[in-house]
Amino acid sequence: MTTLVLYLAVLLALLMAASMYRLIKGPTIFDRMVAAGAMGTKSLLLLAFVGFLYGRTDVFVDLAIAYGLLNFISAIVVAKYFERRREEAP
Amino acid sequence: MLLLGAAFLVLATLGIVRLPDFFTRAHAMGKSETLGAILILVGLAVLNGLSLASFKLVLILILIAVANPVATHALVRAALRSGLAPWVRKTHDQAPDSRGQG
Repeated sequence: MTTLVLYLAVLLALLMAASMYRLIKGPTIFDRMVAAGAMGTKSLLLLAFVGFLYGRTDVFVDLAIAYGLLNFISAIVVAKYFERRREEAP
Repeated sequence: MLLLGAAFLVLATLGIVRLPDFFTRAHAMGKSETLGAILILVGLAVLNGLSLASFKLVLILILIAVANPVATHALVRAALRSGLAPWVRKTHDQAPDSRGQG
């Protein structure tokens, strides 16, 4: 079972690299933010996997909670900022 | 359950990389990514047994299930209000009658 979790963690890292393509190449800022949110979610899952592999799930799960909160707050703040900036511009 | 969640994550990443527009990409990310994360976290909680860490994993699950669609929705609404037009198939521009389907 540990081997399965290890392979899934490697797969998750590869998926994060694939999301990085959109993060760099994305035409608009919203593309980049969606890719960053996806990468944040994947890194959260990767932290849970690493915690399971190391047998220290408690510590890594706390880190994962912090990652999830930061991810959510950053997405909300960026959305609010760009919405408001466009309303003031015209 | 872990494998099913990983399959959904693969689908979400494929959608993010391949789809032609921001709105379709957000569509792929908002649902598949949430479902994949929920499945993987439930699988890890079952694998971990009954403990405080499993409780925290369920807490992360609830957090993701609430926060991820809300964040995606907020981003899409900001994009729509800032004047980003949704993607229309190129061939439909020459034949406007068939624009409604699809």
